[in-house]
Amino acid sequence: MIRLKVNGTPRTVTAPADMPLLWVLRDVLRLTGTKYGCGIGHCGACTVLIDGARANACLTTIGSLDGAEVTTIEGLGTPAAPHPVQAAWIDHQVAQCGYCQSGQIMAAMDLLAQRPDPTDQDIADFMWGNICRCGTYPRIRTAIRDAAARLRAETAE
Amino acid sequence: MSRLGRIARRTFLLGSAAVAGGVAIGYWAWKRPVANPLPATLPEGAHAFTPYVVIDAGGVRVIAPRAEVGQGIASSLAALVAEEMDLDWPTVRIEHGPPSGAYYNGKVAAEGFPFAATDSGMLARGARGLGDAVAKFADLQITGGSTSVADAFDKMRQAGAAARAVLLSAAAEREGVPRSGLRTEAGAVILPDGRRVPYPALAELAAGRDIPLDAEPKAPRDWRLLGRPMQRHDIIAKSTGTARYAIDMDLPDMVFATVRTNPARGGLNGMDADAAAAMPGVLKIVPVDGGAGVIADNSWTAMQAANAIDFSWGPPPFPADSATMWEQVAASFTEDRRDSRLKDEGDLGAALAEGEIVEAEYRVPYLAHAPLEPMTAVARLADGRLDLWTGTQIPVFARDRAADRAGLDAGAVTLHVLPAGGSFGRRLEDDCIAQAVDLAMAMPGRPVKLTWSREEDMARDFPRPMAMARGRGAVSGGRVTGFDLSVAAQSVTASQMGRLGMPVAGPDVTIVAGAWDQPYAMPACRVTGYRVPEMVPVSSWRSVGASMNGFFHESFLDELIHAAGADPLEERLRLIDDPLSRKVLEAVGEMSGWAGPRPADGIGRGVAFTLSFGVPTAEIVEVRNTESGIAIDRVWVAAEVGRIIDPINFENQMQGGVVWGLGHAMNCELTFTEGRPDQNQLNLFEGMRIGQCPEIAVHGLENGDTVRGIGEPPVPPAAPALANAIFAATGQRIRDLPLWNAVDFA
Ligand code: FES
Ligand code: FES
Repeated sequence: MIRLKVNGTPRTVTAPADMPLLWVLRDVLRLTGTKYGCGIGHCGACTVLIDGARANACLTTIGSLDGAEVTTIEGLGTPAAPHPVQAAWIDHQVAQCGYCQSGQIMAAMDLLAQRPDPTDQDIADFMWGNICRCGTYPRIRTAIRDAAARLRAETAE
Repeated sequence: MSRLGRIARRTFLLGSAAVAGGVAIGYWAWKRPVANPLPATLPEGAHAFTPYVVIDAGGVRVIAPRAEVGQGIASSLAALVAEEMDLDWPTVRIEHGPPSGAYYNGKVAAEGFPFAATDSGMLARGARGLGDAVAKFADLQITGGSTSVADAFDKMRQAGAAARAVLLSAAAEREGVPRSGLRTEAGAVILPDGRRVPYPALAELAAGRDIPLDAEPKAPRDWRLLGRPMQRHDIIAKSTGTARYAIDMDLPDMVFATVRTNPARGGLNGMDADAAAAMPGVLKIVPVDGGAGVIADNSWTAMQAANAIDFSWGPPPFPADSATMWEQVAASFTEDRRDSRLKDEGDLGAALAEGEIVEAEYRVPYLAHAPLEPMTAVARLADGRLDLWTGTQIPVFARDRAADRAGLDAGAVTLHVLPAGGSFGRRLEDDCIAQAVDLAMAMPGRPVKLTWSREEDMARDFPRPMAMARGRGAVSGGRVTGFDLSVAAQSVTASQMGRLGMPVAGPDVTIVAGAWDQPYAMPACRVTGYRVPEMVPVSSWRSVGASMNGFFHESFLDELIHAAGADPLEERLRLIDDPLSRKVLEAVGEMSGWAGPRPADGIGRGVAFTLSFGVPTAEIVEVRNTESGIAIDRVWVAAEVGRIIDPINFENQMQGGVVWGLGHAMNCELTFTEGRPDQNQLNLFEGMRIGQCPEIAVHGLENGDTVRGIGEPPVPPAAPALANAIFAATGQRIRDLPLWNAVDFA
């Protein structure tokens, strides 16, 4: 039995210790915003935050998460009240098929926590592991810059 | 289905055979209005006005009957209706609707005929009309060929205008005022005294009326929604993790499944599944064609168990390795494999005798679709009914074939079409749906969610064919004077339509699409297609034949232009003889400042132009030769699309198409060993990463009078523009894709 927090809510999970967090989220907790793309850490579709740092949920076993805090896309904001990073994604209409975007947004969360004013090179390096087959990269870059400005404005308030 | 329908469906004729042989479809039957499939599906209080508009107490629902695979089609189509009905855009509800022949795609079949998009002659127009008739009788509800907007542009605007017309007459009657004094705004009729009557209040009264067949859509100058930036209806869900794809379906009592089938597509000689069956959480192991499915209490357990099955696979039904496959392709430039010669202009012999000869050979590899959501489908068989939830571009086929498989009438099958996490042509196949049906039959009463592993998705894709081209041309006096291109490839149409049970006759235009139909006027020009026998089964991959022929044609033309000592853009402008295409080339030249100062040493620019799916598209790529390899810094792209429905989605699709074209040209290929693709994961089939993505400037032209789709046209010129840019920067001419076999990328 593993105890952890998911999006701020304490959860107790009964699952084999080697079951990846990705499938615990999707099939056990029924939080399907986190996506499966490759299962081997190469696409970033499954990106979540673990204790604030981005991680590939497909490579993180549930057994390693006792006491951890996991944040998924569902933990950021809602359609009615999106998080500022999500709001930037909405305003710039980044998504095409949208399948990669949960992972892109979660990776951007960690980037912006570490670099409130990221350079193009920061974005290129940090977001490298998140594939978008639809090719929305130009809009992802724009949305990240805009989200950074929104978050800085919030902190300044 | 009608007898005519069955005939049309069985003999889906493509190419000159259809034109020469004719198709026995009466004009009257073709013009007859389609039956509306909606009334049978509606609850009390909801009324259908045309197959596209439903009004109930909650407002207006628009049926957008094409697959949403990322191209924004649900919003684009709904906007056509919303414009005509003066709906309040954010409150419009959009649904895919039921599979139905009423939603046939009249443009997609026309794509198969061998007439260039620039050909407006009588025969060409007649053939396009024939395509419409074939589509109608064959219930071809298909998403593909960048045709969705073109097909819907008149139909759905007329539907919206007709719905508005009956609502107006209902309001006039109810209020006892003349119709001429009424107007519409934000989902309501506005009375002369300024009072608003929302459409739902009029729906019941209006429902009994005849739908006018002649309601005129608005003139574009009166548009309030179309042509301006609009928010896609799926954008909030896709930015908050709340969009639901088939992989996200959650139904009461649902079980989770995966499949493992022969990665070399041969048969199954035997398997030992004892260890897998004994794994905790495994519920059932079910034979499927060429392998086995595992049903478990979660997807991970199902995938683990599938990996634990010891399979003994049969040999591949095609040459086992890439070297042998290339031999097969290279041996196909023969008379008996000649498939088409759709262009043969001027005196090639004379041109070649006079000028300096240039010869070159090009190769492109098999390519996977690899949508980021792997193949998924959910099926539930209960009480003699089958329910399916999946993303599909062929809903009528998928439903009917699932019904056959389950031994049910089509009427007992409900197909819920969901948005897909990408497709790029992959969801034109129903293989995964068929497996989901098999699994559901083994688990009656319970919904079964089938999720393919990425490895399965890569191994069992139906890729873009590998292909080879041989060019022989002549230059003289600083000009290109002769151009002879021969292309050898498998037939996508025969392979794909064969799987759908629709044998095709005649040459396959896709073998030469993007090469034979280019609007250049050269003194002598010939394009010949050769059909390689079926090897790995192949399918439509974003931009289909033009994805390879754009590279062949524009690489070879570039070589000729350089041999002539001419400027790559200037010479193309001199040769092009279609006014719309010329404007596109001029536009991209202007955007990039092509005529300005020459780029510094180590920086190179390449240009390419392809007319595909009726859209002339030109791209200029700028690369820099750095210590860590080629960096792609900037891309300019211009395209002529007649009308831009939504400038934001237009830009996003164009940029995405460029990234798709460049990324696959850089580093993607499927090679085969023992019949299996060597690349079975995304780290071996990367495409472009964000750090490699250039700035991409997009310009849309609206000079033509035909509305065109933009999902595919930006793809074909990307690869040759990149290769031409690398040549300009380094002097290295690369004739085989992917390019990274010859150069590094930064
Ligand atoms: S699914 Fe985890 S990185 Fe691809
Ligand atoms: S939006 Fe489709 S994969 Fe990124």
